[in-house]
Amino acid sequence: MADCGEADGPVKKDDIVRAKNEGKELTKEEKQRLRKEKKHQKKQKDEKRPSERVKEKKPVAPSQPVATQPPTQKAPTVLPASAPIPVPVSGAPSYSSPAPSPADKPAKSRAEQKAERRARQEADRASKQQSCSSSSKTKAPPSELNPVVKRLPEHVQVDDPAVVKRLTKKFERQQIPLRSDYDYKVSLFSHLHQYSRKAPLTQQLSIPSTVIHPSIVRLGLQYSQGIVVGSNARSVALLHAFKQVIRDYTTPPNEELARDLVNKLKPYISFLNQCRPLSASMGNAIKYIKKEISNIPSQFKEEEAKTKLQTCIDRYINENVVLAAKAISKYAIEKISDGDVILVYGCSSLVNHILCEAYDKNRKFRVIVVDSRPRLEGREALRRLVQRGISCTYVLISALSYILPEVSKVFLGAHALLANGYVMSRVGTSQIALVARTFNVPVLVCCETYKFCERVQTDSFVSNELDDPDDLMVTRKGKTQLENWHDVSSLRLLNLVYDVTPPDFVDLVITDLGMIPCTSVPVVLRIKNLEQ
Amino acid sequence: MELQAVLMAAGGGSRMMDLTYNTPKPLLPVGNKPLIWYPLNLLERVGFEEVIVITTKEVQKMISTDPKVKLDVKMKLDLVCIQEDADMGTADALRHIQQKVKTDVLVVSCDLITDAALHEVVDLFRAHNATLSMLMSKAHEFTETVPGQKGKKKTGEQRDFVGVDGTGKRLLFMANEADLDEGVVIRKSIMRKHPRMHIKTGLVDAHLYCLKKSVVDFLADNKSISSIRGELVPYLVRKQFSKSTNSPKVIDETHQNLKKNDSNVNLEIQISSRDEELLHLTQERSCWNDHRGDMSDAYHGGRLRCYVHIMDEGICYRVNTLAAYIEANRLAPKLFDEPAVHPSAVVSERCLIGADSIIGASCQISDKTSIKRSTIGVSTTVREKVKVTNSIIMHGVTIEEGCNIQGSVICSNAVIGRGADIKYCLVGSAQRIEPDALPFETLLRPPCLRSTLTPTSTHRSTHTQCLFKQLNRNNTCLC
Repeated sequence: MADCGEADGPVKKDDIVRAKNEGKELTKEEKQRLRKEKKHQKKQKDEKRPSERVKEKKPVAPSQPVATQPPTQKAPTVLPASAPIPVPVSGAPSYSSPAPSPADKPAKSRAEQKAERRARQEADRASKQQSCSSSSKTKAPPSELNPVVKRLPEHVQVDDPAVVKRLTKKFERQQIPLRSDYDYKVSLFSHLHQYSRKAPLTQQLSIPSTVIHPSIVRLGLQYSQGIVVGSNARSVALLHAFKQVIRDYTTPPNEELARDLVNKLKPYISFLNQCRPLSASMGNAIKYIKKEISNIPSQFKEEEAKTKLQTCIDRYINENVVLAAKAISKYAIEKISDGDVILVYGCSSLVNHILCEAYDKNRKFRVIVVDSRPRLEGREALRRLVQRGISCTYVLISALSYILPEVSKVFLGAHALLANGYVMSRVGTSQIALVARTFNVPVLVCCETYKFCERVQTDSFVSNELDDPDDLMVTRKGKTQLENWHDVSSLRLLNLVYDVTPPDFVDLVITDLGMIPCTSVPVVLRIKNLEQ
Repeated sequence: MELQAVLMAAGGGSRMMDLTYNTPKPLLPVGNKPLIWYPLNLLERVGFEEVIVITTKEVQKMISTDPKVKLDVKMKLDLVCIQEDADMGTADALRHIQQKVKTDVLVVSCDLITDAALHEVVDLFRAHNATLSMLMSKAHEFTETVPGQKGKKKTGEQRDFVGVDGTGKRLLFMANEADLDEGVVIRKSIMRKHPRMHIKTGLVDAHLYCLKKSVVDFLADNKSISSIRGELVPYLVRKQFSKSTNSPKVIDETHQNLKKNDSNVNLEIQISSRDEELLHLTQERSCWNDHRGDMSDAYHGGRLRCYVHIMDEGICYRVNTLAAYIEANRLAPKLFDEPAVHPSAVVSERCLIGADSIIGASCQISDKTSIKRSTIGVSTTVREKVKVTNSIIMHGVTIEEGCNIQGSVICSNAVIGRGADIKYCLVGSAQRIEPDALPFETLLRPPCLRSTLTPTSTHRSTHTQCLFKQLNRNNTCLC
């Protein structure tokens, strides 16, 4: 029991770590590897059985009920929809069988031990051959299931000095200045970056920027100053900047465009990451661009390649942002009926688009805009809706439970949809969903499919973004109460940007592929992977 | 390349003729370095590698031949000469180099001494995709007595009225007192869009502008604009709110009107950039607005935007008057780390040199001299028992024994005779002061330049021969 438990712990963490990373090829690979392993475990068992028949019957029997435990614990976290149950079960005997064997060692004969060892080595060799990138240890069995030990992403390990050193070295190599953190962090979030808006990264760059393309510098500034905000806007701006970069790019002699351009983009991406952490949609856009660049056939001339890339970018934006918005509004309008009172939170470009389209199609509804400090984005949403002619009410989030009895539906936007069905959105969204569930008001999340992300997260602590805490200071009647918050040693300000909403609180997700329940997100991800 | 730097060094220094009649303004020594070194150093520190310097032939000759003028900059200087008598304004000069301008420009004036963080100005230019971005500073009172002026306040230096919005960054209004008849006139279109405007008058314009390339091309077509500060900047600030810039229909009509050479239309064509569609989509999807309280989009839909960065603290001087020149000499040592006493100066042991004095290269300071809060230029000889306080001594000056120089400016190659007591005077270039002279608050220059003097100083000039032996308090010539 005990050793299965402890074998479980690291396995779960590794699984979570692995699943968190963006490598979609891992899951396919992993599945293949697991299937091969299943076969080899069975072979191993058959080999072992003649030598340890008597001894194994006892350990196998107690291991079976133990084996059933880990699958139920592991299944939801690893591969919710696709992992077959036999896979963990095949893993479990591999945990449990060596555990009784050291205890029984004096009882076994030398030949049995040798045979056991040989069988184990063969299984390891076979699994090594199948998986291309595994680094399995020959001794510890848990590594057969997790041969690849992936590192945690660096942006959630800021309090680890080794990681910080590695990051500094990387930036030195790429000739990008390092943006120093604003050190007054809440200890619970000390593993995340926190930057001050008063110390922009451009302070350390030379003014006619030669290392980084000027349009990328401009983009970074716009991100860090909050001029380009919102998942869609940031991705579109990023692709626009990449178009400029590609236009101004010339292949150096003796280099191939496909390889060199990707290397050129890496420092730009690090730069943008420091200005403001990349969003999930931006990450997917970058992956797409890198794939497109690497797939350029080498016989293309430079001009042809460049035009091809520009058209790819245009097509990506058109399909995933513009047309997706049209498709989503078509589905969403079916859900809006006359006389509805719709609640929206903050300023989501997609939700605003849906409401404007619904109004143009002569649906009669009114909107309640809920807003929160310090960003007060709801004001911009309010302005856009009222400009169209929609009748709106504006409240702050503290008045949510007061206003909810009037509401018939809640429309929320999303920053990203995670692989376990959680919705990552602006901080406050989970509260809205929670209170709406309490009042039995349906919650509909609108999200394009290009924002779907392979990550898995169940809380808002592990991976989040810390905004400038000085934004929380407000001056009323000439007085700023928090002006000298640095001097109060026991006070720290926290300005979170995102939070995650569990799928139990979300009734429907409207995407450009249709209206799906929250838990079907991995299915959509799998379909998209197959398409590509 | 993102920005090209252009340094305007062709100005004549019309407000300090006393200093500039012999030395061109860009080469006036401030803290023993030529004035042009300061903006070049600023540009070099920020990371520029090339600068286009617009200057006169005289300055170019002096830079290349004169060993005293050493620029010490690692950047590549592209010197463009213009005729001195062509009376070209700064905008005319930009038009002259239009062919060399390939991207947005950063225009700096040669008389700017500042330690401002340039990235603030350029960040405004980049982040908001602005057409113009400039630097201004709170003006400081000049506390030093200016030699040659009997403590009289300078007559009506025309005030500038600068209007900024609530954030203090967007430039809404700019006018000089000279252009206004009776009062400040503000258009209703501005007030409707920006109901809260702060109007400031005590600001010094640092003459540092980031301009888009389209503005330089626009200047090429509009030959009527000759000064950046006087005409171009107020024009651009006004154009932000004009109807023709903001209406979307203009783009169609412009193709037909290209021949008409309408200035408004030309600027409009060039403002729209490539990939306008994607930028528009970004702005549409981004939930950011630069103002709140009304129903309009970010920037009120305007495409021409002017921004200003106002420095609160730090050094920012434009050395275009005598008072500014003296003030700059006091503060210049703070801007660079070189030692106050140049290593090649021969300074005898029994002299007293204050901590805030600068001694130039190859000087000879003899015994029992006292030098306080002063700047001694290159190759100057100071003999025994001389007291120099609060003064600026330029290159190649000889000061004989026993002199007492206080609050004065002695220009290059002058000779001060034995025992002269000079208080608050300005001694012109290559002048001789007779021994035991007692000039007080005068300007000394050769008479041949009387015709080019400004009205306020004609009555102060004195003939070199009838010096000070019979000078009365009114400082008029008695011979």
